[in-house]
Amino acid sequence: MATLELQGVVKSFGANIVLDGIDLDVQDGAMVCLIGASGSGKSTLLRCMNLLEPIDDGMILLDGNDISTPGLDPQPVRQRIGMVFQSFNLFPHMTAVENVMLAPRRVHGKSREALLPNVADLFERFGLADRMGHYPDQLSGGQQQRVAIVRALAMTPEIMLFDEITSALDPELVGEVLDVLRALREEGMTMVLATHEMGFARELADKVCFLDQGVIFEEGPPDRVFSAPERERTREFLRRVL
Amino acid sequence: MADLQANRAARSAARREPTRRQIYEGKVRRRSLTIAAASTLAVVAVLIVAIPLAPGWAAVKKSFFNPDVFAKTFPGLLNAFLLDVAIFAWCAPAIAILGLAIALCRDVRAPALYPLRLFGILYTDIFRGVPVILVIYLIGFGVPGLGLPRPWNSPYLWGSVALILTYAAYVAEVFRSGIESIHASQRSAAASLGLSSADTMRYVILPQAVRRVVPANMNLFIALQKDVALLSFIGPVEIFRQAGVYKSLLANFTPYVGAALIFLAVTIPATRFADHLMQKQMRERS
Repeated sequence: MATLELQGVVKSFGANIVLDGIDLDVQDGAMVCLIGASGSGKSTLLRCMNLLEPIDDGMILLDGNDISTPGLDPQPVRQRIGMVFQSFNLFPHMTAVENVMLAPRRVHGKSREALLPNVADLFERFGLADRMGHYPDQLSGGQQQRVAIVRALAMTPEIMLFDEITSALDPELVGEVLDVLRALREEGMTMVLATHEMGFARELADKVCFLDQGVIFEEGPPDRVFSAPERERTREFLRRVL
Repeated sequence: MADLQANRAARSAARREPTRRQIYEGKVRRRSLTIAAASTLAVVAVLIVAIPLAPGWAAVKKSFFNPDVFAKTFPGLLNAFLLDVAIFAWCAPAIAILGLAIALCRDVRAPALYPLRLFGILYTDIFRGVPVILVIYLIGFGVPGLGLPRPWNSPYLWGSVALILTYAAYVAEVFRSGIESIHASQRSAAASLGLSSADTMRYVILPQAVRRVVPANMNLFIALQKDVALLSFIGPVEIFRQAGVYKSLLANFTPYVGAALIFLAVTIPATRFADHLMQKQMRERS
């Protein structure tokens, strides 16, 4: 388990400043939810934490070590931080179980046989035992997203990042994916979510951060942020989405 | 329950009666078919009547469509075509491998490997920019001209090399377009799992890219099958050359028509199959 700390993170694409000085503290075992309108920088923030986007300024500390040093090899860091995407991004030419085993096989050098018991357990736990041999296009959106979560978990990450993972799902499939998150929460996984599921954030988050125009405009425990937001802009956003 | 079933039965009975729309569409279809058939018949009739009216038709018919010559030369042509097939068969895998290698060269990002990248760019520029027949002449006559011992002076060898070098450049571009067509989110997903960029290319990007460009590559290989005939200019007695031999022997052009028919017998089914694959892929992607 690990902690993640962001200090004054700045990220721009050309002239467009997407993150404008983000300070964020993710405690070991905590669940932090990022909320805010589309384009407020939630996804970019998660991609920066996973080193998929280099940051322009500031620092990202994993267990107190700066992982945002320019030129640092991102691979070992990404093995400790898992990420799940809005559009699943499963590899369409591989079965579900091959999707899950690829990274442990190539990165940890383990054989399929050695991996299978653990991987089968993960599939079993998330109700996918009979879907291991299916290709992504033979699975429903909810199943695909659960496979994507299993794929990230198979690398035994210490922190998991979830980028609006229910936004591309039909409403009746959202629940099964949120249940997976609930289970991970109970196990004490450290998680950062960008989400539009306000009810879910309110129920389970330790901390909710409202992003607006690239800054964390307001943050705090969910009860306070949702029922007594201090800033007018937060109130306005919540009025629109709740 | 009984009600529901009765309802459904009534509806399916009604379905047997054509709807207004079906009657209208049937009428339109019959009309289109009639017009298409009539206009095709008219064109064919004009051709059949008009061509024999040309002043030289009797001579052309004798020297291009002579059934006796056709029957006499066709087996020999078919036999010579086996050489075309053989040359194609050993060139095609070499082209696929070299083409893929060149495509990967153009994708390397490491600065130390920049010469590879430069090589990939120059290679595709040069071999796509020069006519195939010129490459065949330069390599097919040039290299054996160095006075190498047998079998290293064979026109079969250097002619094949010329085809391989030229076609690999086109195949490389097709592979590269396939690699670039894979969405960036696939690379993101692979990177987020901690996969190296080499593993990402090998296990995630390439398998998808290669599958996606199969139809485009098939079209290139159909073109290759035809261009094998160009090797006749530097020596090998394949079908085109064999037809030329028969022409001189019998003072008749019919062997060329026979050769054309043999090529068509191979390329038309292959083209149809490539089109079928392409359409299937388009349906899957939409």
